[in-house]
Parts: sequence; structure tokens; C-alpha cells
Amino acid sequence: MAYQPDRSQYPQKKADGSLDIDLTSGKYLKLWQGPQHPGITGNMSVELTVCGDEVVEGITHVGYLHRGFEKLMERRTFIQCFPIVCRICVPEPDFNEYCYAAAVEELAGIEAPEYANWIRTLILEMGRINSYLMYLGGQAGSFGMGVISQWTTYVRDLMLDRFEELTGARIYHMFILPGGVRDRLPEGFAQRMEETLCEIESTMSDVYDTMYCNAVFKKRSVGVGIIDVDLMDSYGVTGPNARAGGVAKDVRIDQPYLVYPELEFEAILGEDSDIYTRADVRRKDLLQSVDLVRQILAKMPKEGSLMAKIPSVMHWKIPRGETYVRGECSRGEYGYYLVTDGSGYPRRVNVRGPSYTHAMALLERMIVNLNIADVAGLMVSLHTYPPEIER
Amino acid sequence: MHELYEKLKQYYPLGELTEQRNNLAFITLKQEQLRPVLLHLRDKENYTHLVILTAVDWIEDNCFQLTYLLSNRTNATDIGLRLMIPREDATMESIHDIWPTAATYQRELREMFGIDFPDSPRVNDDFILEGWNDIPPYRRDFNTLKFSEETFAQRPGRETVDPAEHMKQKLYPDGA
Repeated sequence: MAYQPDRSQYPQKKADGSLDIDLTSGKYLKLWQGPQHPGITGNMSVELTVCGDEVVEGITHVGYLHRGFEKLMERRTFIQCFPIVCRICVPEPDFNEYCYAAAVEELAGIEAPEYANWIRTLILEMGRINSYLMYLGGQAGSFGMGVISQWTTYVRDLMLDRFEELTGARIYHMFILPGGVRDRLPEGFAQRMEETLCEIESTMSDVYDTMYCNAVFKKRSVGVGIIDVDLMDSYGVTGPNARAGGVAKDVRIDQPYLVYPELEFEAILGEDSDIYTRADVRRKDLLQSVDLVRQILAKMPKEGSLMAKIPSVMHWKIPRGETYVRGECSRGEYGYYLVTDGSGYPRRVNVRGPSYTHAMALLERMIVNLNIADVAGLMVSLHTYPPEIER
Repeated sequence: MHELYEKLKQYYPLGELTEQRNNLAFITLKQEQLRPVLLHLRDKENYTHLVILTAVDWIEDNCFQLTYLLSNRTNATDIGLRLMIPREDATMESIHDIWPTAATYQRELREMFGIDFPDSPRVNDDFILEGWNDIPPYRRDFNTLKFSEETFAQRPGRETVDPAEHMKQKLYPDGA
């Protein structure tokens, strides 16, 4: 049953619409969740005003991680930007590489070879699995089930091994270049990947029994943190957060890119739009990604060109233009808006991370009426990563 | 996209149309046309999703370009509305009443570009920067190198190379 707050404790609203909170009355208390707090996703904080154990106002604060990527890129050549972009999102860096590469290719009139596109799709799906595994650990941890994060971290580590043998790096792969990819699959990669995927499926079965069938998890997540379907568009909700409410938003299907049209899959939908449904949609999405990796390895050509011919990267100038390229990452729509002015440097790069809308306006709206103990669970269930907010 | 442009043009004086892809187009318009065009696109043409709101600093033309990118989920197309506002006392009408998420974008633009959006919620609050006294850092005339030299100290013994020169020497050691 949905949580029913005691509205008699509500603060009155002032004429300008803000809440009339008198901290000296002893009725309200300010509580900072973050930036150093086990119940916060990364380097951000939420300034909570609570009445008893009920949140009456929550304000998101970011800025603890700002490195000015967008500005840095304006002073670097197109190829020098490529090792920067992946740093924008730690748990799933590959989408930055893909979106940046695709935007540069579009404005420069370059088409990546088909074989490279298969490898790109493979990498993006591997990254999605990794991101979901990290999310599962966080979601379970926020409801007191610490052991699940140990299991998912273990299988995530196996996937990092696959990344390492494919790209040479574990976290920031810097593999998807404008024009193509850096290397082909190593010998025996498919076999080792299959072993990793089997291990992930086995762990996911354990996670399902332990977490999704757990009475405490259900009691605390069913009916809590519901995103109203009417809010989806006005608050820019995308990805699993939208799909859990039955809104079929998936860029891979709506605006297919890379080799997704050749793969068989469908948008995973939920109905109830609460924390439990979002977790369930992500679990199914993860298993679908496992299937997609298998499909890619079975269907991809055995040989092919890795890189399209690109100009000398030291003198690469791109004519004036602007474009927006998007992809479906594990949290929703990830996009790059790139403006070029005919020089050797980008004029403007703007990164649209899904957390920008989910962790700011949406979280601040949804956090009201919540019990303090559920704040961490709600925040993790929106799957927010602060570096995307403060690029 | 061309049909939609022609349709819109019957009601509003629009500028140039740039068809970037078959599902992405940019339309230039005047500042005062923004609100009616946004509402028309949202309510009549199903462009219900505000994807990004951002600015580009065209310092040589002494103006900022504001880009409002809207997405239509039923036919999977995107329209970018771009308009130019002068750099001096840059001010733009807030659209937080149309899309609540726009308030976050506007707060960022206020801080990073110094573009004001009167009446936008918490638009003057610090967003990412804290206690910033310099000019807005995403403006083209903000000198990042000068700022870092003034703010941070060099670690002794560190060698700094020019990346382009370094790569040139590495790739073509004989100067070919």
C-alpha cells in the first residue's frame, strides 16, 4: 500500500509559493544527506528539511565534482577531446565516447565502417551490463542488503576483465574513436565472454531470489517513489525511469543507431512506476543486454575495417555546423550537442546526461513526503550520477 | 521536417531552416517568437520533451545563441530552436512554467554564461560554482589558462610540453 503521509504536519505556504519553515520552532530540522554519506549517489548532497521523520523539502546541491569538461574541450582539437569525454561518467563512460564520435563524424561527413559499428554496439551493451550491476549493488545497499553489492561487484569485475582484454583498460576505455574503433576482438574473446555472461546470469538468479523476493525490500519499495506518468515529459524523464511507468521510451528503438536494427529486442516496460518496478525493469534490461551481447557476437562479421579514413588529426578542421546525437544508456537518454565553427576546435560541446533532470527537478519534487530512511532508496532508484550534472 | 517548417511559417515569422538529418532540424527565430512557437510545438505538434537548453557564445558577432531542443516521441523527430540574444545584459524570458526542468538549465546558463532569466526559480543561487567572483566561466573571453596560473601552483620538477609539438616529434622524429 502506498505511503500515506500525515498532512497535518505540513508547513504552510507563503504568498510567493515557498514553504513557511521556521527552524526555531523546534518542529523542523535541517539534515544534510551528503556529500559524504553512504546513502548518496556519488558527489552530491541533498539538503533535507524534516518534520519528525518525514521530509518536507529537499534541495539538491551539486558542484563537488565540477571539472569544466565542456570548457576544456573548447580549447582542444577534436582528437584531444576524445580522452576527456569518457571521464564525464565513471560507471558508464562508453556512451560519451560513442556520442562524441558520432557527432564529430556527422559534422565531418565521415561514416564509420560496419565492423566498427558492431564492436561499438558490443561495447555499449557491455557498459550497460556494468552500469546495471553497479546500480543493483547500490539499490540493495540502500535498503540494507550489503551482500548483494559484493556479488554484483564480483561479476562486474569479470566484465571489467573482458573490457581489459578488449580495450586495454578497465574503467575508461578510450576505444571508440571518431571514425571507428581502436582494435578488433582478441582471439577466443567470444568464448570467455560467454563464460562471463553465464556467471552474470547465475548471479542475477541469486539476486532475484535474495533481493526481489525479499519481503523487506518489497515492503519498502512497492508503492514508494512513484513517478506520475503525466510528469514524464514535463520533467524530461527517460530510460528505465520512464519505462517503469509504461512509457515506451527507448532510443535504441525510437531512433535506431549503430547495428540495433539488426538485433532482436524490445523495450522492457513496467506498470507501477515505483522503486520496485524500476528495479525490476533494470533487472530485465540487464538480462536483455546479456542476450544482446550474445546476439552481437553471433551475428557480427568475422573481419572488417576498423577505421574510416580520417584527416590528419593534428590539422583536422570541421566546417561550421551543429548537431545533436543521442543514445540510450542505462539511465536514459544520453546526448551530445556539438557546434563547430570551421576551426580545429569545437565551438561548444554540451552533454545531456539523464541525471541532469532526474537528480535535480524530479528528485526535489519526489522527495517531499518521503520517510528519511527511504531517501537513499529513492535517489538510487532514479539511477543518478552527479558527474553528468556538472560536466 | 520541411512541411512542419512551412506550417509553422504560416503563423510565425521564422528564420532559416537547417535540416541536419531527416529526423533533426534547426530553426532560427526571433526572441519574442520563442514562447508561442514552443507552446505550439508542445501542444499541437507533440514536441513534448525538452531535451536540452543551452547557449553558444558567438563573441565575434557579440551575441549568444540559445538552443532549445525539443523531441517528438510519436514520430521520433527533433527540432532545435535557435535564437540570438545580445551579449551585453543578456536576458531571456524564462520557460520554467512550460517545462519545470528548464529552471535547472536556466540556473546553469545564468551561472556559466551570465544570461539572466528573470522569475526563474532560484536562478541566482549558486549551482555548480561556489563563491565565484570572476566573469562567467563558459564565456569565450574567460581565459582558463590565466585563471589556472593564478589559482594553482605548479608542482616543482614537472615538465610541460606542447601536445601538438610533442606528437609531431613522436610521429615524425626526422622532421619529415
